[in-house]
This record gives sequence, structure tokens and C-alpha cells, in this order.
Amino acid sequence: MKTFRNRRTMLYIPGNNPAMIQQGGIYGADSILLDLEDAVALNQKDAARTLVRNMIRVTDFYDAEVCVRINHLSTPFGLADLEEIVPLQPSALRYPKTESAEEVAELLAIIEKIEDKHHLPHDRMTLHAMIETAMGVQNVFSIASKFSRIDAITIGGQDLTADMNIVYTADGAGIDFARKRIVMAAKASHIDVIDTVFPDVNDEEGLRKETEYAKRIGFTGKAVINPRQIDVVHDVFSPTEEEIRKAYRIVKEFRTNSKAGIGVFAIDGKMVDAPIVARAEYLLRLANVIIE
Amino acid sequence: MLNSLGREIPEYIEGIGTLEPFQGALTKLRKGWMDEPTIPAPNKAYLPHQSKLCKTLEEAIIRSNPHNGMTVSFHHHLRNGDILLVQTLTILHNMGIRDITLASSSLNECHDPILPYLQDQTVTRIFSSGIRSELGKAISMGVLDTPVVIHSHGGRVRCIHTGKIQIDLAVIPASAADCEGNATGSHGKSAFGSIGYAVIDARYAKQVIVVTDNLVDFPCIPLSISQNFIDHVVLVDSIGDASRIATGTTRITNSPMDLRIAKLAADVIEHSGFFVPGFAFQVGAGGASLAVAKFIREKMKRSGLKGSFMLGGITSYCVDMLNEGLFETIFDVQSFDAVVSNSLLNNRHHIEIPAALYANPFNCGCITNKIDVVVLGALEIDVDFNVNVITGSEGRIRGASGGHSDTASGAKLTVVVCPSFRGRIPIIKKRVHTIVTPGETVHVLVTERGICVNPAFKELEANLRNAGLNIKNIRDLEIEVDKITGIPAPLEYTDKIVGIVEYRDGTIIDVIHQLREREV
Repeated sequence: MKTFRNRRTMLYIPGNNPAMIQQGGIYGADSILLDLEDAVALNQKDAARTLVRNMIRVTDFYDAEVCVRINHLSTPFGLADLEEIVPLQPSALRYPKTESAEEVAELLAIIEKIEDKHHLPHDRMTLHAMIETAMGVQNVFSIASKFSRIDAITIGGQDLTADMNIVYTADGAGIDFARKRIVMAAKASHIDVIDTVFPDVNDEEGLRKETEYAKRIGFTGKAVINPRQIDVVHDVFSPTEEEIRKAYRIVKEFRTNSKAGIGVFAIDGKMVDAPIVARAEYLLRLANVIIE
Repeated sequence: MLNSLGREIPEYIEGIGTLEPFQGALTKLRKGWMDEPTIPAPNKAYLPHQSKLCKTLEEAIIRSNPHNGMTVSFHHHLRNGDILLVQTLTILHNMGIRDITLASSSLNECHDPILPYLQDQTVTRIFSSGIRSELGKAISMGVLDTPVVIHSHGGRVRCIHTGKIQIDLAVIPASAADCEGNATGSHGKSAFGSIGYAVIDARYAKQVIVVTDNLVDFPCIPLSISQNFIDHVVLVDSIGDASRIATGTTRITNSPMDLRIAKLAADVIEHSGFFVPGFAFQVGAGGASLAVAKFIREKMKRSGLKGSFMLGGITSYCVDMLNEGLFETIFDVQSFDAVVSNSLLNNRHHIEIPAALYANPFNCGCITNKIDVVVLGALEIDVDFNVNVITGSEGRIRGASGGHSDTASGAKLTVVVCPSFRGRIPIIKKRVHTIVTPGETVHVLVTERGICVNPAFKELEANLRNAGLNIKNIRDLEIEVDKITGIPAPLEYTDKIVGIVEYRDGTIIDVIHQLREREV
């Protein structure tokens, strides 16, 4: 289930906008997120669901992972979304306002029932749990760790601040604890963790600053709401040439030393052990570098 | 007869004359001299201290010997803010002058009011580099008996040198002028920057009227146009709508699609082998084309690479790159915003050039011959890389040849940027409706869905592939796009030719047929 995939960017595309969906794959985002939830007005929900269903069938999204954010099962639209989207088996479903492992179990039971009906396997499409309530933050480790189908968790900053009854600020102070708790839950569960969107599409510097912070505290990618934000986020999350060279050297040396039965060694006077090697291998995967 | 691109060209058209088919971008130029005669510029005389000032444009026109069958020329530096072309033709129409040949360096939407003069045969022939809006529509539907001639900017100079266009009266708006007719576009309330397209008109027209809304003390500096060519000077309240002439600074597009295409194009340039110290660069002023400059500017700053010169239609973005030391010089034949006028006036490395120096193929070397990299747009491009910038998907004349074929023929690397489809219409065709720029002068097409390299340029393709760029065969991309959009029904034309498209050397690269009206 947990195959490695670059998820530096997840580009939100409103599910009721055919032109944007059609062009979704051209911008080079690692993931496309076709949104049936907050980006779609209540009176457009049915039309968006039908549009997304049809567009997934005919649109070439090139190398991007295709995810669909469905509506919560407590709404009148959640079940209908599942019935239409699950048979298409996009790469992943994103479930909003996830608050407990129990509701994930309930959701997966419905998904698997639909998959059984269509003779589909249970291990192809993954699930991304979106944490955007205080309760979700409190329960995030059990959500992230209990289900093999969950391969990423994300934080929804706007909804979380609303739930906390605070104002979202540019410095992210109000959601900083939540960010770090969610990151830790993801790391402990060995899954991806995606940061919330940066709302000001014209503030490139602000976006860069926030993305650098997200990377520093452990996020593996960031959601974006405009294709113009992709390059900045990729730039931050992609390893530099120097990092790639160093990682390459570490992994090469590690393999050579392993054959000789040496587990810990030094490069340029600094100790290299298993965690350093794991980090180097991760960087090389991000950079699509393969060592023969 | 067929030209070398397989287009059927008539041997002779009434009102135009004998036509010579296009045989290749440089074929005609190779022997080094041209067989076409060069017509002499008119000899004139003015007595000492004789006044050139006229009270009104009408008075100046009356003094210019207006007559049936005359050719009247204009420049298009005022872009969509020009009012003098319409005023002049209205005066001539009211005088009862008929059978006018209109030779404007381009025609914009602001010239739509002259349509009635085409319908009543006040104007019967048109030479221009571009025709848009209602005029383009009416001409496409056959309003004129004689086809319009579409030329490039360089080709227009050639037309005038060789007598294909013989100007009887040139009306030259200027944002500043003195009583002798020394004139410029670089200052004044209606400043529009370079006046490069009008220099040839001043030199060759039998009568020249400078019209200004800013009569300054003698001498008007700089002498972009000099007094020895000017017959009459008119002071008017306004030469045009200042808000539509040249305002503020040019802003880079916010369109994610244009930015995506521009970024890919900049990557192409970076890895082409031509992004080297001292490279010469030209970009257009619109959409993706200008956005390429943004990414090239960033790449130049990162790498510390400095270029030689920028050429062409100049924007504030080009001026910023000059001021930052990224380029040594700007050669400016046309300016696009107010900041450019200030730079032109105050920076000696920002040089105003006439169209002849910019792009005329019939001389000892125009500056387009020195371009390394040019970025151009397209209305359509076909699988042989031929480009159409004159007729739209509905077949109407709606664009401009401009300097497209001039710059493409000179550049070491011509990059065409455009979306693979607009609305529901594919832009990559098996065969474009109208060829303006031949595919042999186009190296790369950049779209949002991939980069296509002209197979004639193997080394370039290898460079780009080695850089990891997403290179596609243009025929595959055409099929990919057709799958998204479907294939539009073919347009229906009559046998009547409504336009001929001259290549820059005067050979005919294509003709435009009259659109057949569809029943709705």
C-alpha cells in the first residue's frame, strides 16, 4: 500500500469547473485534488460529482496523482460521492474533517462494500485523512496509525481556526501546535503529511516563508490553490544539487561498507549511521535518483 | 502556380500586378543584390523662413495636392489610441477624393470608423502589416474588390524602397514637434516612444504632414524625424486618446497557463545552446511572450550571464533589464508603455531605430539578422511549423504579421509560444489557414502540453532532451489535442482572393480567400 510517491504539491481544483479540471495536469503538480467539498456550492454538488466522474474517465492528468475530496458522510452528499467516485478508483480519496479512528473505520467499510460490488481490490485506492477540527487533532495518531489504507494526513488550516474560534493569522500561531502534532503522528505512522494552503496567491515571498517553515517542522508537501504556487513549493521541497550529491555519496558508501559488514562509518569526519542513511535515501527518492 | 510551401498563388491580380511565389526564407537574398529597382525619394524645395505651419489638418491636406487614386500613409505607434487616420480619411472623403490606397503600418480597432469609406470606394486598396476588428471582418467577407496586401514591418520598407507602395501623402502624428517639422514620440503628453515605423514614410512621401499636440520651440530634440523631409506642420488639441497610446508599465500576466508556457519556453532557451554571454534577445509584449522575459531575467540574475542587446517592440520590462545591466543596449523600433519613452529620451544605450534598420531585408543587414533568440506568438501553427498570425480560427483577418517573419528569419532560435487550444479550438493544425512565417524559420513550439522541436534542428532537439525537457513530436501533440477538442469543421471559402500575404522579400507566401457566409 505505501509505495513512495512525491507529494510536494497537491493542487486543489474545484470539481464544478471543467476548464480547470481539463488543464489540471499541465502545471506539474505532484497531485491533483478534485474538490467536491468546500469549493463547490450546495446547489452545484450533484453537477460537480457527475462532472468529476466523467472528467476522470477522459482526462489525461499526465504524471499527477489524482485524488478526490469527497463530502463528509454526515452531509447529504457524502454517500453519493462515494458511490460515484469509488468505482473509478482514483489514486486516493481525501476525507474532510476526520475526527476519530471510528469514523474512518465506518468510512472504509462503506468504501470496501462499494469496491466489492464492483469487483475491485481493497488495496489500490488510498485514503487521505484531513484533520481540521480540534477533535481531529486530539485523535490524530490513532487516525494515522490504525489503517493501512491511509497513506497521508493533511491539516486544513482555515476550518481548524474556525473550529477553534480564532482568527487565522499569517504567522500561523494559532495552528502551530496542531501542525506539529499532526506531523508527529504522521512520522510515527510512516506516512506523508501535507500542510494547509497559503491563501494569498499574490504573495510569493509569504508562500515561500510558510513552505520553508512547513518543511522545517516535518511536512512532506503543501496544498496549493493556484498553479502559480507550484514552483515555489517544489523549489522548497526539492533537495538542492548539493544535498543530492551528498546523499548519493552517503548511500554509495553505506552499500560498500555494508558488504564489508560495517554499519557505522564516517564521511568528512562526521559519523554516518542508519538514520542518516535513511534520510539520504529519502532525498534521493525525492530527486528521482536511482543508484544501481 | 504553387509556391514552395504548396500554396496556390495566382500569377497576376488586377490592381496588384504580377506575383512572385515564395521559394524559401533566404532564397531570394542569397545573391547579395536585388533586381527590383529602387525608386528615388522626391526632391523638394522650401524657401528661407517660409512657414510650414497650417492652422488645421484640412488646410495641410489641401496644400498637399489631394487627388483621386492617391496613396496615404500612417504609422501605428499610437496603437489603439490613434484618431488622425480616421480624421484624415474623413477630410479626404468630404473633399470627394476617391480610390485611395491606404498604407498604414498597421490597422487597429480604433480605425473601424473608416469602414464606410471602404464600402463607398473612397478607399479601394490597403497595404498593412495587420488588420483587426470590424475592418478585418469586412475585408474577409469581400468588401474590397482588390485584395489587401499584408506585409511584414521589414517588408513595408522594402515595398516603399522598390515603389510597390508610392506614398503621395504621409500623415505623421508626433507627441512633440517644432515649426519646421523636427519631431519625436519620446516626450509630450501623448508620448509613445519610438517613431521608427514612420521614418521611411517621411523620407519617401511626396508630401509629409507632421501633426502634433505639443508644438515646442525650435529645435525639437531628439530629431527622430528631421525637418528636411517635412512639408507641413499642424498643431491640434490632441493626436489621440492618451489612455490607449502608452500608459504606465507593462505588467506580467497572472494567467497560470501563460506563465506555465513561459517557464517552459525559458527552460528551452536556457538549454538551447544559445543562452550564452552576449546573446541578443527579442520578446513580444503580450501574455506568455512577455512572461518569458520574466523567467529569462531570473535565470540571467542567477547565472550572472549578461546579454548584448534587446530588440523590437520594447516594454518597461526590457528597460528594467537594461537598467539592471543584464543587457548592454536596447534597439527600439516601437515602444509599448510610458516608462519606455522616458528611457528612450534619457538613456543613450536605449536607441531609437527606423524600421529599415530593424528589419528591411533589402539592405546590407538589418538588426533582426543579429538576433540570437526571439519569442513569438501564434494564432495557429501546423505540423510543418508554419505559423499563422493573421487569420483567426473562424477564417477572418484579425491579427498582424508585424515583425513575426522578419525576426524568425534572422534568429538563431525562434521559439513560438501558444496554448495548444483556445476555447474549444485546436491551435496545432495539419495545415494552418494562412502562412505568415514559414516553418523553416521556426525552431521550437512551446505549449502547456509539451515542447515540439522542428525535426530539421537535430542538435537543438538533442540539447533539450539531454536537459530533461518534455519533448513531443508535433504530430503526436496535434493528435493529443484533437482528442480533447475534436476536429473543427473546415471553413468554407469562395474563389475570390481578399488578401495576399507577402513574405518579407516580396514573394507571396499565401493568399486569403473570401469567407463564405454560413447559414446559422
